[in-house]
Amino acid sequence: MNFIPNTKEDKELMLKEIGISNVDELFRDIPEELILKDQLKIPKPMSELELKKHLENIAGKNKLQKNFIGAGAYNHFIPSVVPHIISRSEFYTAYTPYQPEISQGILQAIYEYQTMICELTGMDMTNASMYDGASALAETCIMAANITRRNQILLSKTIHPEYIETVKTYAHFHNIELIEVDFENGTTDINKIKELISDKTAAIFIQNPNFFGCIEDLKTISNLAHEKKALLVTCVTEPASLALIKSPGELGADIVAGEGQSFGNPLNFGGPYLGIIAAKKEYMRYVPGRLVGLTKDTNGKEGFVLTLQAREQHIRREKASSNICSNQALCALAATVHLATLGKQGLKQVSELCLQKSHYLHNQLKENGCQTPFTQPFFNEFVIRLDNFEKTIGELERNNISVLKLEKFYPELKDSILICTTELNSREDIDELIEVIKKCN
Amino acid sequence: MENPTDRKYSKEHEWAKLEGDIVVCGITDFAQSQLTDIVFVELPEKGKQIEKGKQAGVVESVKSVSDIFVPVGGEIVEVNEEIVNNPDIINKTPFNEGWMFKIKVKDKAELDSLMSAEEYTNMTKEDKH
Amino acid sequence: MQLIFEKSKPGRLGTTLPELDTPKQDNLIPEEFLRKDNNLPELSEVDIVRHFTNLSKKNFGVDNGFYPLGSCTMKYNPKVNEDTAKLQNFTNIHPYNPNNQGSLQLMFELERMLSEITGMAQFTLQPAAGAHGELTGLMIIKKYFEDKEEKRTKIIVPDSSHGTNPATASMANYETITIKSNEKGMVNLEELKEHMTKDVAALMLTNPNTLGLFEENILEITKIVHDKGGLVYCDGANMNAILGITKPGDMGIDVIHLNLHKSFSTPHGCGGPGSGPVGVSEQLAKFLPTPIIEKDNNNYTLNYKKGSSIGRIKAFYGNFNVMIKAYTYIRAIGASGLKEVAQIAVLNANYMKEKLKPHFHLPYDILCKHEFVLSDKDMPNHVTTGDIAKRLLDYNFHPPTVYFPLIVPGAIMIEPTETEPKEMLDKFIETLIKIKEEAKNSPDLVKNAPQTTPVTRLDAVAAARNPELRYNCNI
Repeated sequence: MNFIPNTKEDKELMLKEIGISNVDELFRDIPEELILKDQLKIPKPMSELELKKHLENIAGKNKLQKNFIGAGAYNHFIPSVVPHIISRSEFYTAYTPYQPEISQGILQAIYEYQTMICELTGMDMTNASMYDGASALAETCIMAANITRRNQILLSKTIHPEYIETVKTYAHFHNIELIEVDFENGTTDINKIKELISDKTAAIFIQNPNFFGCIEDLKTISNLAHEKKALLVTCVTEPASLALIKSPGELGADIVAGEGQSFGNPLNFGGPYLGIIAAKKEYMRYVPGRLVGLTKDTNGKEGFVLTLQAREQHIRREKASSNICSNQALCALAATVHLATLGKQGLKQVSELCLQKSHYLHNQLKENGCQTPFTQPFFNEFVIRLDNFEKTIGELERNNISVLKLEKFYPELKDSILICTTELNSREDIDELIEVIKKCN
Repeated sequence: MENPTDRKYSKEHEWAKLEGDIVVCGITDFAQSQLTDIVFVELPEKGKQIEKGKQAGVVESVKSVSDIFVPVGGEIVEVNEEIVNNPDIINKTPFNEGWMFKIKVKDKAELDSLMSAEEYTNMTKEDKH
Repeated sequence: MQLIFEKSKPGRLGTTLPELDTPKQDNLIPEEFLRKDNNLPELSEVDIVRHFTNLSKKNFGVDNGFYPLGSCTMKYNPKVNEDTAKLQNFTNIHPYNPNNQGSLQLMFELERMLSEITGMAQFTLQPAAGAHGELTGLMIIKKYFEDKEEKRTKIIVPDSSHGTNPATASMANYETITIKSNEKGMVNLEELKEHMTKDVAALMLTNPNTLGLFEENILEITKIVHDKGGLVYCDGANMNAILGITKPGDMGIDVIHLNLHKSFSTPHGCGGPGSGPVGVSEQLAKFLPTPIIEKDNNNYTLNYKKGSSIGRIKAFYGNFNVMIKAYTYIRAIGASGLKEVAQIAVLNANYMKEKLKPHFHLPYDILCKHEFVLSDKDMPNHVTTGDIAKRLLDYNFHPPTVYFPLIVPGAIMIEPTETEPKEMLDKFIETLIKIKEEAKNSPDLVKNAPQTTPVTRLDAVAAARNPELRYNCNI
């Protein structure tokens, strides 16, 4: 199967117009020694039927389980409306809206997306998306350094470990100094911040709720940052929490970086996801990526355009604030449709269900003898220590239940797991998890 | 627009007009026409000490963003707030109301290494950019 | 045009959720952190669907018509890709679910195929886009020299390069040196020799280049760089011209990024998500981001051992759902199909070039690859490239890429791709010629275009002077 309409006749006509006799001559500008003599060692073509079967076969080797893993990727209910809208080919087969006159659809949708994200994060502006939460947070390092002209960042160890790794990679190649701050009882150690912060600090980076699910004291931390004229950058990996937890803006954040996957984007084995960078208006020109703005056309009619493009790579080149070109527009569209469909009440409900179920599970596990190393308030994730670690993990696997072992991220928590609940975890499944753990204790 | 002869010019398309101890700076008409509609200007802070040739601010149009450099070293004593709110003033009158900042010059001799109006005009004629 | 917030009505519901099935508890979030409300709109499902359906009708995708956007490779997006990517076992699996053999197998096989197609030793699939891949590539180059304890601070780019190239160099803290292209629009060997010193880490180039021309001296170019101990980075955006014909690995390329959303048919999604895998030569493989997917008999595993790796460039493994589509495409067309893609992409471009050159200025009148560049140099009545682009909208075409590359003033970059039938190419050629006539006889039609689109030309200056980036929900 191939997707080339031109027939042998078409090709012959075209070759004649160009004045050459066969397609090989079209490559005479390539040095002879570089022309491949053999065919690529790629399997031969498949018909659509065979192709579908083949992919189904591969997919069949994945096993879906009763999912209790969060850790930066959340299994939420996605209303049917969302996939239907993003499957409209005027959306998914279009390119970046550089020609705004025929892109008002996506431009307006992104403008609405920008509005919703600002609302939820308490920021004045946000961009049309970054690749994911981790790289968004990493680019915020560069932003913070540019804004404050300082290049030291305090980074809490309660931030998602893969996000920390990503930040380290970017920071290393951009000569930014990172200082990690320890945690105490599951949240960032405020005293350590007081010790470490100085006039050299560009920003403090805190995740809320953090990787352990715990709620951080952003207000206090923001005061500490601002006293030293540093910025508070808040990272959000589970934005469903924003319906019940005060927005980072309200709690003193200057910039918000985060992950929007919880809004309308399936787990997809890790991608594509939806990076967010939002900021107070005084930092607008430092925000990388595309921005959609409102304006008027020659008839005075309202319309939307990509704006402040002069900061971007295709104009500013080596002076650009970032090199980002494509974003995650379709994922942002999915988030917009998702948030519109849930609406004010729906998002609150989703958030409430997540909160209630996690606390029910938490309490039941405690009552059945489990230890919870952290006692701070939490949202929909928490850590428990298992008495018979190997046995319990084996039993959970046998019962088709997924949980996250913390060893590879925090060796000191090697007997612990991170559990997450969302509105998709039924009472039945939760009770089953409790039973299995109870039995193994 | 003619390049006024009462001042000097830098390679980076800035002009520098000496008024006593102070040098008034801005960008040339050639510069503003290359940039097209200016949408944003970032000016240096008052009181800042800055060396000749260093970056002082940024001027942004829909088409591009350009750095502004100081043609002579010294202390920034005044900046033109008007153009921050109405950047199109720079496009309309780059040599007068579109001035950007005033420097208390440290070493007047630095002005000597700048170009005259005639030299600058010739340079822009050759410059294909 | 009403915003979704303006259609909101208190009490309307877009969906409902199940009742809470666990005992309700109070005061779970401390009062000082508790949020009471939000300003999301409230609409019913029909309103939401109509709102977005009507928005989609103001948009133009490849499925609507011809999209000859040079350098973007807007080829047709096969629908079977969309179906395989919707398989539940792919969409609903958590990245940390260890029962992931299917996903790992797909990624492993895709990696092998991309390596074979490009002649590189190994790929990482982690970068989420081409620019992300470029950054990854430059980080790998930087790490290579750090390991050798060689301090090199510069990157060379041709003046025809895509804007992401120098921007990426800056993000990796390199200084960019731009070298002028020669009269053929290709890398000037003398300029390259002059600037290629032991202080230069790498040359970043695109081949075929952004004018759609194959760098005839590519072997000498890579030799010049290697002789001074430098590396060559290839921007693989233009792979469509050389699939199955030649391999970057054979040209002396050390690092290359691919855009799965270009040559490999995954949809552009209005600007994303894409995927930008990065391939490297043998000696650089140890610097690739972790984790690496390994195969042992029929078992796939994720190797997280850091070793000399640059580390991670994002969380998880990359845009997996996009990879499924690229994988499906490559398996659909096979080896013979890949070669045919390049042949017809190049045929279509050269055909259009020959038919348009009597009417428009063609700065480089030589054999091109999958795209070519015209300019507005001889247009009557001061009609510009921008005007021509806008007038094409009235004829229901997406315009070509305009004003890029910078070395051709008023550039019009046309890339038809192989998925267009001859009639469509002919129609577009006819239309461009017609627009030139209009420019001569009724220039206002062109200068005031578009007139038939949902909005006419928009005031970009006002949008940049007073950016309004969100709606105020509190009204």
